[in-house]
Amino acid sequence: MNLTEFFAMSGYGAYIWSCYGLTAAVLIFMAWRARSELRAEIVRAQRRVQVAEQRE
Amino acid sequence: MTSNTESEVTAAPRSGSRWLWFHKLSSPPYAFRTAGNLRPWFFWPSLILMAFALYGGLILAPPDYQQKDAFRIIYVHVPSAILSLQVYVVMAVAAAVGLIWRMKLAHALAAAVAPLGAWFTFLCLATGSIYGKPMWGTWWEWEPRLTSELIMLFLYLGFMALRNSFDDLQRADRAAAVLAIVGVVNVPIVKFSVQWWNSLHQGPTFSKLDAPSMTASMAWPWGLMMLAFVLYFAAVTCDRLRSEILRRERNASWLAESLRSR
Repeated sequence: MNLTEFFAMSGYGAYIWSCYGLTAAVLIFMAWRARSELRAEIVRAQRRVQVAEQRE
Repeated sequence: MTSNTESEVTAAPRSGSRWLWFHKLSSPPYAFRTAGNLRPWFFWPSLILMAFALYGGLILAPPDYQQKDAFRIIYVHVPSAILSLQVYVVMAVAAAVGLIWRMKLAHALAAAVAPLGAWFTFLCLATGSIYGKPMWGTWWEWEPRLTSELIMLFLYLGFMALRNSFDDLQRADRAAAVLAIVGVVNVPIVKFSVQWWNSLHQGPTFSKLDAPSMTASMAWPWGLMMLAFVLYFAAVTCDRLRSEILRRERNASWLAESLRSR
């Protein structure tokens, strides 16, 4: 099997690769978004803790 | 709110050691730490399994005798579809636990998984639509399976919108929980729509263990991909739950403890 044949997927290439591409994009986005949100929340929480400690 | 969560922890030893793990897990700093420790154990195996599943599904598996290579779409379509339903069950159970036992962490879990469920539902609908074009000759048809899955997406979006429409977090949790619990009726409707009504959608491919509709070389990449998706969901849920815990924690000493144990 050569590479052109593999990407052509017996004529269904456009359908298959768009499905796999879309799925990969959404999975990467979800994981990245969750990580960056967590980082932002940690910074925010640290600030809140600092404010609370200063008040004491 | 603060005094409520503290009494939860001090009450833990009295209620018996059998439930100690439950009380421990429901303490925000402990859950924050546990989710952080578990996350890599879900994430990296998920990536490795996905790589093997892609190799098996795209290269090793032979083309289907009817659908040719187009059947390969099921390796991403079916795991998305199954997770779309499973995540909803997780969300509804967590919401019910939060509602009945007034457990903040359960509400946090429901809030954490809702967008993930919505994305899996979107993926299921989108890949299904792309799959439908060459197989059925149409992108969309108002038939039972597709329509009920679209309602699934609206339930997730409704849950998230309802939660955002309250300023008071406790009221938001409770209102959204009621919606999540009521909406759970749609899960069996989606699942059995193909059997109950005359549907354009094909029947289940993988659940017939006694008479499998696929050969082993087609089936194992799907099994791996399914496992990979579940692990991926667990890993991302760990991150999202940790964000949710920090966002909700008003107790400064617990917040400090969570951040220290990171």
